[in-house]
Amino acid sequence: MSNIANAFARGKAFIPFITCGDPDLETTAACVRACVANGASLIELGIPFSDPTAEGPVIQAANLRALTGGITTDRIFGLVRDLRRDVTVPMVFMTYANVVFSYGAERFISACRDIGVDGLILPDLPFEEKGEFLPLCQQYGVDLISLVAPTSAGRIAMIAREAEGFLYIVSSLGVTGTRSEITTDLASIVKVVRANTAIPCAIGFGISTPEQAVKMADLSDGAIVGSAIIKLLAQYGKDAPERVGAYVRTMTEALRP
Amino acid sequence: MSNGRFGIHGGQYIPETLMNAVIELEAAYEHFKNDPDFDRELTYLFNEYAGRPSRLYYAEKMTQDLGGAKIYLKREDLNHTGAHKINNVLGQALLAKKMGKTRLIAETGAGQHGVATATAAALMGMRCVVFMGEEDTKRQALNVYRMRLLGAEVVPVTTGTATLKDAVSEAMREWTRRIDDTHYCLGSVMGPHPFPTIVRDFQAVISREIKQQLQEKEGRLPDAVIACVGGGSNAIGSFYHFIPEPSVRLIGCEAAGRGVDTFETAATIATGRLGIFHGMKSYFCQDEYGQIAPVYSISAGLDYPGIGPEHAWLHDTGRAEYVPITDDEAVDAFEYLARTEGIIPAIESAHAVAYAQKLAPTMGKDRIVVITISGRGDKDCAAIARYRGEDIHE
Repeated sequence: MSNIANAFARGKAFIPFITCGDPDLETTAACVRACVANGASLIELGIPFSDPTAEGPVIQAANLRALTGGITTDRIFGLVRDLRRDVTVPMVFMTYANVVFSYGAERFISACRDIGVDGLILPDLPFEEKGEFLPLCQQYGVDLISLVAPTSAGRIAMIAREAEGFLYIVSSLGVTGTRSEITTDLASIVKVVRANTAIPCAIGFGISTPEQAVKMADLSDGAIVGSAIIKLLAQYGKDAPERVGAYVRTMTEALRP
Repeated sequence: MSNGRFGIHGGQYIPETLMNAVIELEAAYEHFKNDPDFDRELTYLFNEYAGRPSRLYYAEKMTQDLGGAKIYLKREDLNHTGAHKINNVLGQALLAKKMGKTRLIAETGAGQHGVATATAAALMGMRCVVFMGEEDTKRQALNVYRMRLLGAEVVPVTTGTATLKDAVSEAMREWTRRIDDTHYCLGSVMGPHPFPTIVRDFQAVISREIKQQLQEKEGRLPDAVIACVGGGSNAIGSFYHFIPEPSVRLIGCEAAGRGVDTFETAATIATGRLGIFHGMKSYFCQDEYGQIAPVYSISAGLDYPGIGPEHAWLHDTGRAEYVPITDDEAVDAFEYLARTEGIIPAIESAHAVAYAQKLAPTMGKDRIVVITISGRGDKDCAAIARYRGEDIHE
C-alpha cells in the first residue's frame, strides 16, 4: 500500500502546499517542519517552473521568487533528503511536466524514490498523456496523482478507476488562488469518484478559511491549501514559518472531529 | 500514445480543466471540416472579406539584383488586416460561432494575430479579449490601438518576460477560468492538439494557392519555399502542399536575435532541445532544469521559445530545413525589399527575405524560389527607425 494512504488514516487530511526555495530552502524546510508540527497530514512541495500555466498570481510570484533565488531541482532533492531525517508524513512533488521530462524522467522519478518522495502531481499531464511517466512511476513506486476538475463530465469514472495515491479534485474553474465562494457541485463529483475507486480524494483550489476547509473535507477526505500559505511567505519571507505553523494549526484544529 | 502526434511531437499536455474543451473542439472541427456549408462560408470570407487569393508576385528587380534563382513573393501582406493571420482567425471564429461560442480570446506577439482576432470578432458579433505582453504593447502600440478600435479589450501581461510566451500562458489561464462561452483562438500551429492541425489546415490555403499560381505562371513546382518561423503558422501554411513533393526544398527562418551563440536569441531549432510546454511536446529554448528561457528577437512575432510540433517533426525527418537569421540581417532585408521592390515586409517576413538573399545567388537562373511575405511592415517602421538610431513617434 502507498505511503500516501497514511495521510488519510487518521481522519480528514490537511494538505499544505509550499513552493520550494521561496524565499530560500532554509525557510522552506522550516515551513515544512512547522506544518508537520501543527498537524499537516501530507506535504505538497512545489518545484518552481518558469511558466506555471495552472497557477494564479500568488503562486506564480512564488515561483519567480524561488527561481530568482537560484533554486534548482537538484537543490530541492537535497532539501527533501534533509527533511526526511525527521519528517515522516508523506510528501509529494507538484511541478510541471517539463521539469520532470527535462531532468530525464527516469533520473527524476528514481530520485523521488531514493529521497522519499511518495507521489507526483503534474497539472499539465492529463489522463491522455500519463503514459509519458506512468510506467516509470510504477517501476519506482511513486504515485502519479490524477486530477479531476469541474469540467471533467464524462471523464471522472475513467480517471478515478486508474487513480493512485489520492485523487486531487479541483474545486472550481480557473487557476490556483483563494476564492470567497466555491459553487461547483462537488458532492456529485465525489459520488462518481467513490463509485470508481477506493483511494482517498482531497479538494484543492480556492480554499483559505477553516470554514471552507471543513466544508470541503466533509465532502471528501481532505483539503489542500496553497495560495493562502504562499501569501504568508510573500508577506513575511524568512519570518513566515511560525505564522505558517499557526495558520496550519487553525486549519487542522477545525478539521479535527 | 495520444492523439495529435507528429512523430514524437505534439500531444495534449494541458490541465484536466481544459480536456473536455479540446475534445469538444476536435469533434466540432472533424464535423465542420467536411461540411460543404462551412467550406462555402469560409471560402466566401476568404475571397470577399480577406481578399484572397493573395498574389504570387514575380520580384523581377530582386531576381536581377541577386543574379540567381527567379524569385516570387507570396503576398500574404496584402490580405485584409495585413498578414496571413486572418486565414486562421476566420476559420476558427467561424468554427467557434458554429459551436455556439460568443467570446474569443487570443494571445498576440506583434499584434497581428490580435488585430485579426479582433477583426473577426467585430465581423461576427463576438466579444474579444486579447492578451499581449506588456513589452510588446510598447513595441507595437499602433496595433494595440487598432485592436481597441475594433472593439477588443487588450490585457497587458506583466508576468515572466512580458512577451509572447507569457501572453500564451495568460490566455490559457483565462480559458481555464471561462470555457462555456469562450473559444481560445490560438494564433499559431502550436499548443495542444487539435490546434496545430486546425491552424495548419486553415493556413494551408497559402501553399495550395502557390502551387496553383506557379503552375499557371511557370508550369512547374518551385525549387524552394522560404518562410519565417516563430510558432510557425505561415511557414507550415506555405510548406503544407509541398511536403509530398521531395524536389521542393522547404526552409524555415528562425529569429536568431543577436546571434545563436548569444543568450539573446529565439532560434528554437538551433539552440533548443526537446521539452513539454504550452500543451505540446516539441523543441524549446530552456535551461538544463527545463526552465523556459527568456528569448529575444527584434521581431515580437517570432519572439517565442518554442516551435510548432509539426515543424519539430519536419526537422527530425529532414524534410524541412531551419536556419537562423539575426536582427541585423532581418533589418537589412527589411530595407532591401522596400528599396528594391517597393514592398515593406513585416520584420518577421524580412527574416525569410534575408535567407533568400543568401540562397538565390547560389542557384541557377532556371531555378525558382518562393518567399512568403507573411505580413506588411507598417507596424514595424517606428521600431526599425529606432534600431537605426532615429527616434520617430507613431
